[in-house]
Amino acid sequence: MSILLAILVDGVAYGMILFLISVGLSVTMGLMRVINLAHGGFALIGGALAHLALIRLGLPWAVAAGLGVLGTVAVAVVLERAFYRHIYGRPELEQVLATVGLAFLMIASVNLALGSSLLALPAPEWMRGSVDLGVRTLPVHRVVVLAAGAAIALALWALVERSRFGIRLRAAVDDARAASALGIDTGRVYAAAFALGAGLAALGGILGAELLPIEAYYPLRYLVLFLFVVAVGGMGSIAGSLAAALALGVLDTAARYLVPDFGTIFFYLGTMAILAVRPRGLLGRA
Amino acid sequence: MRLALDLALLAGALGLMWIVPDQLAFLTRVLIMILLVLSLDLVVGFAGIATLGQAAMFGSGAYAAALFALHVSAEPLSGLVVGMAAAAGVAFVSGLALLRAKALTLLVLTIAVAEVLQEVANQADTVTGGADGLGGYLMAPLLGAEFDLWGRTGYLYALGVLALCFAFARRLAGSPLGLALRGIREAPDRMHALGTPVYWRLVTVYTLAGGLAGAAGALSAQTTELVSPAAFDFSLSAEALIMLILGGTGRLYGAILGTVLFMAVHHFAAAVDPFNWLFAIGALVLAVVFLAPAGLVSLADRWVRR
Repeated sequence: MSILLAILVDGVAYGMILFLISVGLSVTMGLMRVINLAHGGFALIGGALAHLALIRLGLPWAVAAGLGVLGTVAVAVVLERAFYRHIYGRPELEQVLATVGLAFLMIASVNLALGSSLLALPAPEWMRGSVDLGVRTLPVHRVVVLAAGAAIALALWALVERSRFGIRLRAAVDDARAASALGIDTGRVYAAAFALGAGLAALGGILGAELLPIEAYYPLRYLVLFLFVVAVGGMGSIAGSLAAALALGVLDTAARYLVPDFGTIFFYLGTMAILAVRPRGLLGRA
Repeated sequence: MRLALDLALLAGALGLMWIVPDQLAFLTRVLIMILLVLSLDLVVGFAGIATLGQAAMFGSGAYAAALFALHVSAEPLSGLVVGMAAAAGVAFVSGLALLRAKALTLLVLTIAVAEVLQEVANQADTVTGGADGLGGYLMAPLLGAEFDLWGRTGYLYALGVLALCFAFARRLAGSPLGLALRGIREAPDRMHALGTPVYWRLVTVYTLAGGLAGAAGALSAQTTELVSPAAFDFSLSAEALIMLILGGTGRLYGAILGTVLFMAVHHFAAAVDPFNWLFAIGALVLAVVFLAPAGLVSLADRWVRR
């Protein structure tokens, strides 16, 4: 019983991290039809900036995390204007090459500035203890991750389904030309969605540093994981990303607990099974 | 014109044996990588199959050749055939399942196949040596020529196999199958409507290209006399794809040009600055994307036409 609960808590927390990092990738792939293999770089940049603020400047954890996210959003806005804008609508293979080249430059930059070792991002004192929820005690870090993930999923839902920006975003996803003909500035919608996705990736990178350690090769090391979440969830679907991230998080954690030697095999076979049944992902459109 | 270019390339490759005799191990790696990228060109460039899992076939060929050398015979040519057959078999079986999928799903499934095989190689340590890999086999002489310390035999062996595979790929590209594949890449629905068995054409090319990737893996296992689970690495598949797009897809020469340039820049940049060589690779990749988006071969086209 207790091992099942442990799997569930750790798996869902891991899934929330995967969701935060991958949801932006799913939206940009669905919205701008850009295969952005450099997306993990935003989690890396967020983690690296937070590391600098926390360790080198000695700022409190929450401030460092906030700076990391905001800094990443700023970098993303600049990159969207200067770089991504030029590859929208290009053939897929050119996008693959361009974004891999960008990922290389991100890795090389972090490597040059901070070295190739692990960038420590220790959780603050208050996150290290455990909290008694009545039924049982849970590590505070897990509770924070669960709460943050749930809150952001809810906020994203409200933003996309209930706000004016969400209407424009959905219109642009469905049919960019019709949307722009109706007076929606799709370029600005793209930029805003892109920056938001990058900021969430940075937050996921910072919160998940315990599970996916921050280091220079992060963007390519975990790229496969993020692509899996997007594919299983269905490109462009926010709810799909959440469902896929939670499913893969629990699957991976369960496999690690129950069959430690063959853990990753079950993870990949599970993914293949899901995609065999639902080739367009859990909530992908036909 | 084409024949002259091919002969010039072959002569150049032979000439390198005298120009840089101390670099033959590296040059052999380049030849093997060209073969892997060439196999990828048949899949990606001609058939338009999005894959990041070509290492599945490279690794299968490498392990099959190494196991054959350990347990059956150290004769290289039969080991090469065994490696190719094993890789083609893996490509056929996985292709049957994979090639019904499209786009991102296909991409992710190809990655998953390679990762599963890598885990199997990691875990089945009684057969595969686990994370340490397989070693300790010595290849028998190739047609009477010993594998020498300087790697001359290995280099000539790899060059010969590559030349044969290149000729095969060229024949395939010009064959009815090659034309059908190009049609499928451009307009799969139309090809289907014309009566082409689209799925089986894709399975066929995936299997044939898998055999070539297996030859690359077998060559690697035989010339280095070592195989490890890294042969199935995602990064190998990804680098092969980068080299192919750099050179230009669907052109065969692109596989040569892209691989040579990527590996040369990597080699020299890493020698100059072992910590920051990735800047050079990143800059190279971005320069090609923005200056020659159809790949380096397209630059040569412009020059030839003038």
